[in-house]
Amino acid sequence: MSDHAVLTGEHFMTGDEAAAEGGLAAGCRFFGGYPITPATEVTERMAERLPEVGGVFIQMEDEMASMNAILGASWAGVKSMSSTSGPGFSLMMENFGLGIMTETPCVLVNVQRGGPSTGLPTLVGQQDMQQCKWGSHGDFEVIALSPSSPQEAFDFAIHAFNLSEQYRLPVFLMMDESVGHMFEKVVIPPADQIKLVERRYTTKKPGDYLPFLPDEDLVPPMIKFGDGYRVHVTGLTHDEKGYPVMEQSCHHPLVTRLVDKIKKNAHKIYMYDEHYLDDAEVVMVSYGITARIAQQVVEECRADGKKVGHLRLITCWPFPEAKIRELADRGVKGFIVPEINLGQMSLEVERVAGRGVPTICVPNAGGAVHKPEEIHAAVREVIK
Amino acid sequence: MKLWRTPLDADKVRVPHGVVSIIIERCKGCSFCVEYCPRDVLIISKKFNKKGYHYPEVISAGLCVDCNLCEDICPEFAIYSDPEEQHSTAQTKENA
Amino acid sequence: MSTAVTNTAPTGERQVQHHPKDTLLRDDRLPHIWCPTCGIGTAVSCFVEALRESGIPEEKCVVVSGIGCTGRVAGYLNLDSFHTTHGRAIPFATGVALANPDLHVVVFSGDGDLVAIGGNHLINAARRNMNLTVICVNNFIYGMTGGQCASTTPETARTSTSPRGNTEYPFNVPYLMEACGASYIARWTVLHIRRLKKAMTEALNKNGFAFVEVIAPCSTLYSRRNKLGTGYDLMKFYHDNAEIRHGANTKDVGIGFQTKIIVGKFVDITKPTFLEKYQGKTTGGGK
Repeated sequence: MSDHAVLTGEHFMTGDEAAAEGGLAAGCRFFGGYPITPATEVTERMAERLPEVGGVFIQMEDEMASMNAILGASWAGVKSMSSTSGPGFSLMMENFGLGIMTETPCVLVNVQRGGPSTGLPTLVGQQDMQQCKWGSHGDFEVIALSPSSPQEAFDFAIHAFNLSEQYRLPVFLMMDESVGHMFEKVVIPPADQIKLVERRYTTKKPGDYLPFLPDEDLVPPMIKFGDGYRVHVTGLTHDEKGYPVMEQSCHHPLVTRLVDKIKKNAHKIYMYDEHYLDDAEVVMVSYGITARIAQQVVEECRADGKKVGHLRLITCWPFPEAKIRELADRGVKGFIVPEINLGQMSLEVERVAGRGVPTICVPNAGGAVHKPEEIHAAVREVIK
Repeated sequence: MKLWRTPLDADKVRVPHGVVSIIIERCKGCSFCVEYCPRDVLIISKKFNKKGYHYPEVISAGLCVDCNLCEDICPEFAIYSDPEEQHSTAQTKENA
Repeated sequence: MSTAVTNTAPTGERQVQHHPKDTLLRDDRLPHIWCPTCGIGTAVSCFVEALRESGIPEEKCVVVSGIGCTGRVAGYLNLDSFHTTHGRAIPFATGVALANPDLHVVVFSGDGDLVAIGGNHLINAARRNMNLTVICVNNFIYGMTGGQCASTTPETARTSTSPRGNTEYPFNVPYLMEACGASYIARWTVLHIRRLKKAMTEALNKNGFAFVEVIAPCSTLYSRRNKLGTGYDLMKFYHDNAEIRHGANTKDVGIGFQTKIIVGKFVDITKPTFLEKYQGKTTGGGK
């Protein structure tokens, strides 16, 4: 049965379907979802496919329920996943925070559309990039991956599961409508060539085990319900035993650790692509579908003799600060950030680059991808 | 109990007898055990526990029939009874 | 006293540190946070007994709670336990139950958590006949936040957000649950300890969605606002006004302010659960 989990071979499929297949290849065997354009195809694919591999699909009554169901399945020892788009993503935020606080591995796919509110259900947006970082209350760090093609939707879905298991948190796959609905060739490798990170279960016996006592990497080994450990897990501030403690002396170290387990491991988590950065005077920073237009513009500029480079973010979060800082210190003339929002990741570039190097956002409130000319205009602004 | 005739198995019937155990520091003085004890074994103590609640104490130990109602109705897991046979008099701690 | 009794000499009480139920409790966290005369502790006590009687292995029982006074139950039971966000205990439990069907998943939460903010999850889980045991402690009020009006607060009852008396119609929860298709529905007050324990045991062993409503006193807020006396006075009220009517038409079991409380086992039916139907369909068996 599980042979069907990895559909080794060449396929022609959408980004949504590829994300679902990536999840299955990573070992996802539970999906709780709610239909929403443009993420519905992830849900539909899972409804079709999960029973074939011995998994369970359930269409929940709303996104709050979906998010909780995948947290529950994860604690029962099963890799789990959900998908949604803007409005549903907003509904999930509180319980995403529960996943952060209880250190629950799972993957959440957001196929972004134009917002705010119901906005543009069928058209592209990249407007939840800051929401995924800040949308739930309290302090925390997240991991968010942005695929630029269906192939990457497949690959990054697997990687998202690996990161979520390694660092014990819900990981975002921040797609966009264009990638989600785009049909392209997707190559699925043989199962034995897919590297999987499996959950680190404790080797301690019940009684000796403290569920929230971290290892050196700041991540505590896990258990699953039914193993006889009788753990208590709560969204309240808790001590290493998992018991609620309503004191600053407990809260501060806990929240600091939750942040640090990502921050201090960020150098291992960062992923980006670079093109022509060695001699670049202007650096394009982009992600998702926008990276494909940005890359075209970069190629055209190079053909014109303009020294433009491209830094394509794969992990938008954690944000590769060191790379931006290095480029800024080297004296590039400016950063250009095209994105399908009115300036979200560009804020991050601006924050790291500092005042000395201008950061120019090429805004687009959503509904269509950038026209290359809009980005060329920004390049001309920097290289007069 | 008044009976209209002596039951045929009267010589075999033995009404159970229980010993009440109390965890004084868990009590919050709700009085449920005192009020619902069918044999009026308990009263509210005049003494306080550390949190300032009047806890129950046994006044008619001999009457306890080990029905466990005090255990079941106690919201605090602070009282229970078990059969007397489990305790020898030597183990029993006198009232504090 | 029968002539056959041979009473031994009075032995007094024993002062002890541990309780026979402690093995199923996180006794290092006792005394718990609930107010004096709160009924939640009694409901937990009944649950501990019921779990033992049910024969379910303790390590295979998972308790999930939401937010509120009853939401704290998960934290006191020495089982695998999870304390979710407000209203979301049922969907979390759904995930656990579907991911590992060997686990017995119990949702133990309050009326505000399950019926108001989590109402959509409650009705959908009942509709699906999800294999869950749901214990809903109904004290007619939001206790944890200081006594606000709930969707179960009887009409005219005063709360901090209905200071002139509640003008809303409350839910008749068993009626709601029956309409949604729950397999087992019972209601008892915490005064009915033995019957409550039995209902919980039956609910634990029920294959399908089992719902037990537990009417419990909140003396600190509900009773004080409405001048109903102490928790013990509320227990006396249950004694005088609870009427056992097994198999009652759930349409008739709504609760008014200080009116009769109809208790009993209302529904006990057998039908395939969500997972049985799902697996029947997906593995070609069919149900």
